[in-house]
Amino acid sequence: MSTKQQWLDRTYKKGQERPVRFSTVSDLEIEPLYTPEDVEVGREGVSVSSVHDMARLFDRIPLDKVSTSMTINCSASVLLAMYLVVAERQNVPWHKVAGTIQNDMLKEFIAQKEWISPPRPSIRIVTDMIEFCARKVPRWHPVSISGYHIREAGSTAVQELAFTIADGICYVEEGVKRGLNVDDFAPRLSFFWDLHNDFLEEIAKLRAARRMWARIMRERFGAQNPRSMMLRTHAQTAGVSLTAQQPVNNVVRVAIQALAGVLGGVQSLHTNSMDETLALPTENAVMVALRTQQLIAEETGVTNTIDPFGGSYAVEALTDRMERDAMDYIRRIDEMGGMVKAIETGYPQREIAEAAFTYQRQLEQGIKTVVGVNKYTIPEEIKIETLKIDPAMEEMQIQRVRKMKRERNSVATREALARVAEACRSGENLMEPICEAVRRDGTVGEICDVFRAEFGIYTDPGWI
Amino acid sequence: MAEKRLRILVAKPGLDGHDRGAKIIARALRDGGFEVIYTGLHQTPEMIAEAAVQEDVDAVGLSILSGAHMTLFPEVMRLLKERGAGDIAVFGGGIIPEDDAKKLREAGVKEVFTPGASTEDIVKWLRESVQPRE
Repeated sequence: MSTKQQWLDRTYKKGQERPVRFSTVSDLEIEPLYTPEDVEVGREGVSVSSVHDMARLFDRIPLDKVSTSMTINCSASVLLAMYLVVAERQNVPWHKVAGTIQNDMLKEFIAQKEWISPPRPSIRIVTDMIEFCARKVPRWHPVSISGYHIREAGSTAVQELAFTIADGICYVEEGVKRGLNVDDFAPRLSFFWDLHNDFLEEIAKLRAARRMWARIMRERFGAQNPRSMMLRTHAQTAGVSLTAQQPVNNVVRVAIQALAGVLGGVQSLHTNSMDETLALPTENAVMVALRTQQLIAEETGVTNTIDPFGGSYAVEALTDRMERDAMDYIRRIDEMGGMVKAIETGYPQREIAEAAFTYQRQLEQGIKTVVGVNKYTIPEEIKIETLKIDPAMEEMQIQRVRKMKRERNSVATREALARVAEACRSGENLMEPICEAVRRDGTVGEICDVFRAEFGIYTDPGWI
Repeated sequence: MAEKRLRILVAKPGLDGHDRGAKIIARALRDGGFEVIYTGLHQTPEMIAEAAVQEDVDAVGLSILSGAHMTLFPEVMRLLKERGAGDIAVFGGGIIPEDDAKKLREAGVKEVFTPGASTEDIVKWLRESVQPRE
């Protein structure tokens, strides 16, 4: 059975949202065709180069009946365009298309660090997508404002809270600057948090985030619609907290983190597999991770009460303190001229690197404990297996792109790409021209080449 | 007589953005009294070798989490030799299976640190094992 068939069977039947994680090469927009020999094609996800790949991925999946979540950032505009063109070809009108695209470029510059162009044009593209979705694809979530990667890069819980909310503020400001009414797009902004080990702190973080967002939307942006003030969020247990040593202990970590997420009131949850520090997860580990959620949902009874920690002296005090400390950061970022300015001076990047370094020192000095790593260790042999991808897959994708390029009407492709370049220069919303380039068989690499030519390439300043 | 401080290039090859480790090491080496230059992300082996020569460093530390260590280490060493800088010590770390680490050491990589190595161990090793170049 093909992987896709398994994926279809596993997810489609359960009525879950279908998550698609694209490969780094899709994310960095390097075409399989003109890559150096050791570039990774399809290593971490699906390699999508043209609308034909997207059509194959969603073959037999009616796009008006499903909701799709796409983990993609710097080429998100192109991947969304491909998805919409596939919908078009299925005769599904855009207003019926539903889903989420991560598309949070601010956190890329802050933490995850996959980018093409510098911060300003990158944020312009995100804003084009927010505007376009508000007008044309109203059931789409154009940004998932992500604290997850910030925390995984080594930030503290307060920094995760502060930088993520500050990123949200930046996107809302940009949308308002376009002349959008805040209530026309804010209800479609969603969030994505990390769930770490410090149980009460994580609950307090989620409570503080909700309170801060509601207040900021109401007071700072004058939102009227309560849905604009709601912080709807996905959360995932902390990959960075899992250990290669005594890996079964990770089941306990994940359960505690997931429970914090549920008690903190998240709308959607991903539980990590216990063996993911060693290799791609095994079936058994994936099932335990899923059962962890089902156990919390159906055995513990914690889902029967909304905000069960409301009124607890410890959690209330912690919530207040985290909100206060995060608001201090946000004020500092405002004083710098906003998040884009702060990123350009390396402020959040340095703060995170500093926190990561402090934590490492505390681990080495035994001030912080990681069970099985710096305390309660046992003699054990840790085997790290690496997944070997069949090189034939890579070759097949390269051949597919080659064949498509030979057979397409290249004059039409080039004209459509020139229109994208023109829109980059004129400031016109990029999404319609990108959709047209996709219809004319423009590839992810070719469209991103236009971005590179028009907006330049960002290089890591390497702050330490 | 003041001893010459070691100059070290911390380099991050590959497409991935996992720079947490590289930055921690850069900070720890700086605190440990070395002169540290950090390349930033997305470096090619050519860029790394070029930077090492330009900056006249005594050692290059590669941080590799992409699984491409078996090609990247030898390539950087080859390019250093090509530039007449084969005496620059090359070391590194990342998610590297012990079998591969052994092969890399045999191929001339001065040391390979795997997850769990402390920053203190790395500082100590550099002090003991790497000499300033002539």
